[in-house]
Amino acid sequence: MSESDDITIEEVRHLALLTRINMTDHEIEEMRDQMSDILASIEVLSEVDTDGIEPTGHSVDVHSVMREDISSDSITLEDALANAPRQEDGFIRVRAVLEE
Amino acid sequence: MSTLDIKGITISVARRLLDEKEVSSEELTQAYLDRISNIEGNIHSFVSVTADTAIEQAKAADNMISKGLQGTLTGIPMQLKDNMSTEGIPTTCSSKMLENFVPPYDAHVTAKLKDAGAVLLGKGNLDEFAMGSSTENSAMKVTHNPWDLEKVPGGSSGGPAAAVAASECVFSLGSDTGGSIRQPASLCGVVGMKPTYGLVSRFGLVAFASSLDQIGPITSDVEDSAVVLSHIAGHDQRDSTSLNVEVPDYTQGLDGDLTGLKVGVPIEYFAEGIDQGVETSVRDAIKILGDLGAEIIETSLPHSAYALAVYYIIAPSEASANLSRYDGVKYGYSNDDQGSMWQALENTRQIGFGPEVKRRIMLGTYALSSGYYDAYYLKAQKVRTIIRNEFKEAFQNFDVLAMPTAPTTAFDIGGKTDDPIQMYLNDIFTIPANIAGIPAISVSCGVIDGLPVGLQFMAGALQEKKLFRAAYAYQKATNWHTLRASI
Repeated sequence: MSESDDITIEEVRHLALLTRINMTDHEIEEMRDQMSDILASIEVLSEVDTDGIEPTGHSVDVHSVMREDISSDSITLEDALANAPRQEDGFIRVRAVLEE
Repeated sequence: MSTLDIKGITISVARRLLDEKEVSSEELTQAYLDRISNIEGNIHSFVSVTADTAIEQAKAADNMISKGLQGTLTGIPMQLKDNMSTEGIPTTCSSKMLENFVPPYDAHVTAKLKDAGAVLLGKGNLDEFAMGSSTENSAMKVTHNPWDLEKVPGGSSGGPAAAVAASECVFSLGSDTGGSIRQPASLCGVVGMKPTYGLVSRFGLVAFASSLDQIGPITSDVEDSAVVLSHIAGHDQRDSTSLNVEVPDYTQGLDGDLTGLKVGVPIEYFAEGIDQGVETSVRDAIKILGDLGAEIIETSLPHSAYALAVYYIIAPSEASANLSRYDGVKYGYSNDDQGSMWQALENTRQIGFGPEVKRRIMLGTYALSSGYYDAYYLKAQKVRTIIRNEFKEAFQNFDVLAMPTAPTTAFDIGGKTDDPIQMYLNDIFTIPANIAGIPAISVSCGVIDGLPVGLQFMAGALQEKKLFRAAYAYQKATNWHTLRASI
């Protein structure tokens, strides 16, 4: 959390790639400015002494939930596919993953 | 029947009308549908209105009533925020991404309320994926505050809050990740309640930030809030964070007496950016609690000031993971017009998500990326521990804490859309309860220049009854909650 540098255009481009969101140059620049402002406002956390403090992931204690291994009804194939943008013969159709 | 005035009626009033056969559920439901037709063009609180199924459900409710088999909610017209799954009825999250999504199953809360015989009028507008504080981030429409149509209703449950405030339904459900039930309730002059994390199952609630999201009621008064919570709370094995605890009847013990109740007033919630009128209204309200027998003690929660920063690391981080599922393959919007698989995916997410959603996905991805994880995400989780412990300690000394819900009343539509940080500051007083996982409620405690002010109570985990006791007593002693927008 070094306070010196704003997030760079290159970093935002990389984030766009990681998040798989296509962005125009203008959107990248706008995002850089807004993210820099937001990250600057988050800097205040560096004031807080957290030495020896355990992190909290959930505000309630979360335990693994086990159930009996008994089969039960599930949604039908028809229902499961009903919202798929493209389907064929009971399958979801996707584009080729491997190319050329 | 034509004389039936539904403006401001509560569950208990509607129940009496139905039970005494002064009106049928079908007539009552039709009266709400008519009101929606008449005023929705000004309010825009519904993403969809399900008139036909509502009438069917109302007829089924009338059948139950005729046999004397009704419960408290049988035949009562309601709305649900449009991020709660409804089988066979579109659930859009007010996002282009889910514009045509029709869930194959009901959310836990939907099923609970259906089983109780409530009548679904339609789905309430929200900021896209519940990310926002004004409902202006909706990809569907901008909801207007019934008290002043030029103002926002707050958010993200702006549709539900506006719908209850405008008497377009008897009650609605919202979801609250950083204040999304309480802040719009405050801005619309209604009651909004966020339960203890884990009290209400999140099964079928479209996930935003899973460690913070919680569903709760938006109602006309505190009694209705207790009634609705009693119906939706309880263990559900389909949500791994659902608490396996006994659910009390929250309507019991509402007597208006606060003798012996210890109320803490944390100074940090009366600083930074609070509107002078809001502060005065809330301080006046707290004096009334004292008149009702409560012991009022000033206190301090110094780390609450860091809750906003913690939230803007944790919530986007969880959102970035949750929203990675929208790939245009299994369901939802898909842009498959050109290019490779990757290009199709990137175009889908470019067009399917709005600006605030993209901002949070990217912010969260940044906070979780290697090299930054310790400085942001881990740091935020540690500060979260401190905030949580600070509340735990406070509730060893106090039954409830009292403070404002939001720093201001409703602001102009378009007034803060260009500045994300200004928008985020709306939630400065509500976010700490989400970070700590504790319950909180907002009730109306004043009107400034024609706009409502919210008084917020927080209580320790699973101490909902204390919240309702304090809020009910306040309402019984005042009449702010009976005031309605003139629309």
